[in-house]
Amino acid sequence: MLLSVRNLVTKLVLGGKHIAVVDDISFDLKTGKTLALVGESGCGKSMTALSIMRILPQPPALQSEGEILYRGKNILTISEAKMRHIRGKSIAMIFQNPMTALNPVYTVGYQLLETVNLHLGLYGDEALERIRIALCEVGIPSPEERINEYPHQLSGGMTQRIMIAMALICEPDILIADEPTTALDVTIQAQILDLMRSLQERKGTAILLITHDMGVVAEIADDVVVMYAAKSVEKGSVRNIFNDMAHPYTRGLFNSRPNIAAVRGELAAIDGTVPPVTAFPTGCRFHTRCPNVMEKCAEAEAPKVSLGAGNHEVRCWLYEK
Amino acid sequence: MKSGAGCMKNNEPLLEVKSLKKFFPIMKGIFRHHTGDVKAVNGIDFTIRKNEVLGVVGESGCGKSTAGRTAIRLTEPTEGQILFDGKDFLKVKDRELKAYRKHIQIVFQNPYASLNPRKTIAGALEEILQYHKPELTPRNREDRMSQVLQQVGLSPDALELYPHEFSGGQQQRICIARAIILKPRLIILDEAVSALDVSIQAQVLNLLHDLKRELNLSYLFISHDLSVIRHICDRIVVMYLGKIVETSSSEKLFSNPKHPYTQMLLSAIPKNHPDEKKTRNVYKGEIPSMITPPSGCPFNTRCPYAQETCYRKFPDKKIVDDDHEYFCIL
Repeated sequence: MLLSVRNLVTKLVLGGKHIAVVDDISFDLKTGKTLALVGESGCGKSMTALSIMRILPQPPALQSEGEILYRGKNILTISEAKMRHIRGKSIAMIFQNPMTALNPVYTVGYQLLETVNLHLGLYGDEALERIRIALCEVGIPSPEERINEYPHQLSGGMTQRIMIAMALICEPDILIADEPTTALDVTIQAQILDLMRSLQERKGTAILLITHDMGVVAEIADDVVVMYAAKSVEKGSVRNIFNDMAHPYTRGLFNSRPNIAAVRGELAAIDGTVPPVTAFPTGCRFHTRCPNVMEKCAEAEAPKVSLGAGNHEVRCWLYEK
Repeated sequence: MKSGAGCMKNNEPLLEVKSLKKFFPIMKGIFRHHTGDVKAVNGIDFTIRKNEVLGVVGESGCGKSTAGRTAIRLTEPTEGQILFDGKDFLKVKDRELKAYRKHIQIVFQNPYASLNPRKTIAGALEEILQYHKPELTPRNREDRMSQVLQQVGLSPDALELYPHEFSGGQQQRICIARAIILKPRLIILDEAVSALDVSIQAQVLNLLHDLKRELNLSYLFISHDLSVIRHICDRIVVMYLGKIVETSSSEKLFSNPKHPYTQMLLSAIPKNHPDEKKTRNVYKGEIPSMITPPSGCPFNTRCPYAQETCYRKFPDKKIVDDDHEYFCIL
């Protein structure tokens, strides 16, 4: 297994209290496959990604607990110096907003050069050639000119391509993509997803995709983990989730999505709002909004239940045998 | 029509926009030389009918927000004609304009940015009533405020609270309450649900749908999200680089898109199910600059069917049937 996350817990110190924003998350990421972490804002999906990269803001975050096994080694316990060799080189990340992720006062070329110098030990013409190839790969026209431009001179789609080029220039094993297309138009989104797919096919990169968009999941994911209020509520292959979705929250997510094909009218929205991290409900955290709520849901945390096919697993009282 | 069974539907126009243009001048140097224009809206015509939802779609930077704002004179148009309820809206001045403002309201994308953080909800809503309806007594005002909050699904207790005490979805409900408090006839919704999570987005879309029926509203719904547009709109206008390229009823646009740009937009929508087969024809390239738009058809830099005439003049209107027209030589 390329990356195994086992019982990951990440806590923040908020108002003197320790609050778990990632609570007991486990999943496996396989070479050449894409795993999607799905959920609404505040469910802890980005925090999971930052925990894997070990770039949580500390404080308020505390050292993550549990295990993150990268090629069998727990990267939560290795030294920062060793982590620095992995971060950016073996595990790279792209962020939602490319404009804020790039430094506005340096040229695009300079920022790419930094990565190449540091991780690949290439300098001078050799380094520039490597950058040129990387920019060509992500479909940037006339890379020689783009190298000398500043981020603000490029469009949103272009800067996201630069971010992807920067993340992929060291040919990482794992690419963590945090809402990579959310800020982009559909046409650019389609191009970026195609690009990620073709790079994955060529290089066997594993992708951890963080998104709230079920359409993007349908396009690119192999496996899915659905998160709600810091917990994973359902996981399985993309077909498990799309064909046999089990958890009421997953069903709610699908039903509240306006559908191009379906007839119009009332959308089946989920009532209420996502609870804030400081006030997660007791028992199953979804019980306050759940249409199938039972008495015991509020009392005790729901059990994990394996459902028939593959690794399909749901955390819900409805499926308890 | 499918939307809102039982709601009145007629074809009477509420807002008519004719050859509307909005150019933002670019000034350079200490003498502020006029060196060019950003042609954000470059000659468009559209009509919002009574009790109808008209959608405007397009990629970011295509001028859809400017079109919405200019149509209701939040920014003054450079050229063109606007008729509101048959009356020339551009000739309306000062006091009369204030009266017109009551009929047209707007809701923006980011609810937190459009509410004053130092005012309670009561403060935000009361200001509008004091300005536009000075005849109301404080008691009447309070009743009206409680009433609109209930209409948008909030409790009247919310009046005493500040914007930061609400979630994003609730804040957007407050913005909608503020928009309907004067009983308007038209609301511009500029990416009003784009910043919300899916489950909250569905709640707000349902609310908008109900309010439209209860209050006989018309919406101009501006969004880049095609599935949301498909869900709520009766008719759709597709914009590209300051121009309208296709206008159609919602069903016909999705079942039979005519303009190559519309076809490209629709093909870029992510699929619904992993097993769905979808042919994608997304043409290379990006939206050109609005300062120097391509001559002729603005899409000619990306269009695979572009012919010599496309570079010379903007194509004539082609009519498919009464509510479907497009601008393309094909």
